[in-house]
Amino acid sequence: MSGEQGTSAPTSTPPTDSTTALSALSTEALIGSGQEGGLMDQVRAWLQRVRGGDMGALPAVGGFVVLSILFTILSPFFFTERNFANLLTQAATLVMLGMALVFVLLLGEIDLSAGVTAGLTMVIFVVLIAVVNLNWVLALAIAFLTGIAIGTFIGFFVAKVGIPSFVVTLGLFLGFQGLELIIIGAGGLYRVETPEILAIQNGTLPPWGGWVMLAVMLAISAGTSFLDRSRRTRAGVPNRTIALVWAKLITILVLGGIVVAILNQNRGTGFKAIEGVPIVVPITLAILWLGTFVLDRTKFGRYIYAVGGNAEAARRSGVKVATIRWCAFIVCSSLAVVAGLFSISKVGSVDAAAGRDIVLSGVAAAVVGGVSLFGGRGRLIHAAIGALVIAVITNGLGLLNLPAGVNYAVTGGVLILAATVDAISRKRAGGSILRT
Amino acid sequence: MDQPIIELRGVVKSFGPVDVLKGVNFTAYPGKITALVGDNGAGKSTLIKGLAGVQPYDDGEVLFNGEPVNLHTPRDAAHLGIEVVYQDLALCDNLDIVQNMFLGREELAAGTFDEGVMEREAAETLRQLSVRTVKSVRQKVSSLSGGQRQTVAIARSVLKKAKVVILDEPTAALGVAQTAQVLALVKRLAEQGVSVVIISHNLVDVFEVADYISVLYLGQMVASVETSKTTNEDVIGYITGAKTYEGEHA
Repeated sequence: MSGEQGTSAPTSTPPTDSTTALSALSTEALIGSGQEGGLMDQVRAWLQRVRGGDMGALPAVGGFVVLSILFTILSPFFFTERNFANLLTQAATLVMLGMALVFVLLLGEIDLSAGVTAGLTMVIFVVLIAVVNLNWVLALAIAFLTGIAIGTFIGFFVAKVGIPSFVVTLGLFLGFQGLELIIIGAGGLYRVETPEILAIQNGTLPPWGGWVMLAVMLAISAGTSFLDRSRRTRAGVPNRTIALVWAKLITILVLGGIVVAILNQNRGTGFKAIEGVPIVVPITLAILWLGTFVLDRTKFGRYIYAVGGNAEAARRSGVKVATIRWCAFIVCSSLAVVAGLFSISKVGSVDAAAGRDIVLSGVAAAVVGGVSLFGGRGRLIHAAIGALVIAVITNGLGLLNLPAGVNYAVTGGVLILAATVDAISRKRAGGSILRT
Repeated sequence: MDQPIIELRGVVKSFGPVDVLKGVNFTAYPGKITALVGDNGAGKSTLIKGLAGVQPYDDGEVLFNGEPVNLHTPRDAAHLGIEVVYQDLALCDNLDIVQNMFLGREELAAGTFDEGVMEREAAETLRQLSVRTVKSVRQKVSSLSGGQRQTVAIARSVLKKAKVVILDEPTAALGVAQTAQVLALVKRLAEQGVSVVIISHNLVDVFEVADYISVLYLGQMVASVETSKTTNEDVIGYITGAKTYEGEHA
């Protein structure tokens, strides 16, 4: 009955017949927009949404904090400047792959071949440089075109032919491993020699660069917030209290400031100082911002959510469902290439098994972060946070010198826990349909 | 009598050897509610799908405000201002009310959503229909009751100044209080000059809201009468084929 009781909005004597209702148009707000009230009202509304099952990334953030505290207590090395930077670069590949997968997971689809797409395109990339002696920029362009072609291929079979994405991408998962073997040969390995690629994970911004990065983030965040507010004001609809904007900006400033300050410490062990924000961080943040912008503010993004929520409703509303599906797979495969770049930059080499193990971790990252496997719910930041949780587990357990088996078992347990949270929150959110 | 906004003359539709519509005449007037009743398989859905442009008629004439028109695609129908609210509500659970109402026709400014304008128009439309049961236009549809969902679906259809709204079984899945809510909403639609065509199996609802009742029986329009000039028993007779309508078709 929750919705039915909602008439307690600030209504002054509701009109009884429809003629007075028409004349009363626009003079009284019968229906709210959820933007009214002060800071406390907004906090209360948010708590209500969380209780209703709309938890978003909250469990993952909680998990991240708890695990970090736990490992800080258990290992003296966990909370050091060096390990902090290490954690970010270790997580980068998974963050990018998780964000790539969000685009298809939102549709209720899956791309099991995202990992080997990253692997295969990187095999092609390094072989083109090492064997064909191609310019690295050209080789990179070919790697990206290959990624786009792979996404186009998957999208065609899923959206046009109508094969379940699970089957198509499982086929590619096997096929691409074969292709990698054929190109590189069993046991083969190519070193990555391109300094620009190695710099992604190993290079750092100068210390002032980190602060510039933070300033840009604050400026963009403030800019979009105030632009949104001015648009809403022009349309004559209420804005949320401005305190929320300040709260958001201060959070970015404080958290970002701490991160940049830690990363700007010298973490080198030898004579050479290593300091500054790893270059991979601003690249990841830029893609995160761009992807979120597309998902939240453009038709393509909105239609991805709509198709994931109810494809038939989207079709009747004039959404070209097949095209949306197709494009989502292309975006996923293209971002998988970026994940591949992060990976070879960190590892420094490519072998015939590149990308084989990582795809399920990518799916796990997204689900742990709060992206629904059933489609329609989730954001890019969720996948990024989920990936950080998984990276913390791997990193922390590694520091404790626990066997790799424990790592897999714990990660698996966390995944099941996260999927359970997803299922329960879905039930709660959906349950209100029945409570008429 | 006023000029009908929609007039079908002798429309025919067959699927292979099966003649579903055998030369049907049908009219709907602006500001009036026309109920389309008939047993399962009588051809109600086929008649509606033709009007929606989803399944064009094989033969016959469609007049819109007295002018012959072609209805070959949903776009044709939407262009004329004909909107259909389907039985299985075409809403996305994971989106909020505003997002659902504007799905497929979002307001843009500089290539990105102008959420303020959409929110205002959605709220205004709901307000015009005197909808008071939703708390916020930013509620997710998953949190709405069946009646509220039907309300949103109907409001969506009139958002862009529809002239004809076709409702397919709008009260089929609803409880008593919510049915009353939706029927009141249907009346308000008509009061605003919209021509409403309502398909229903529930004759109590039909007699409560409809100005005219059109009865389909095995692909033929067996009766089109003013509600005030007929009775429940008569209409049941027409639906089941037990009784033949003698008078002039309204």
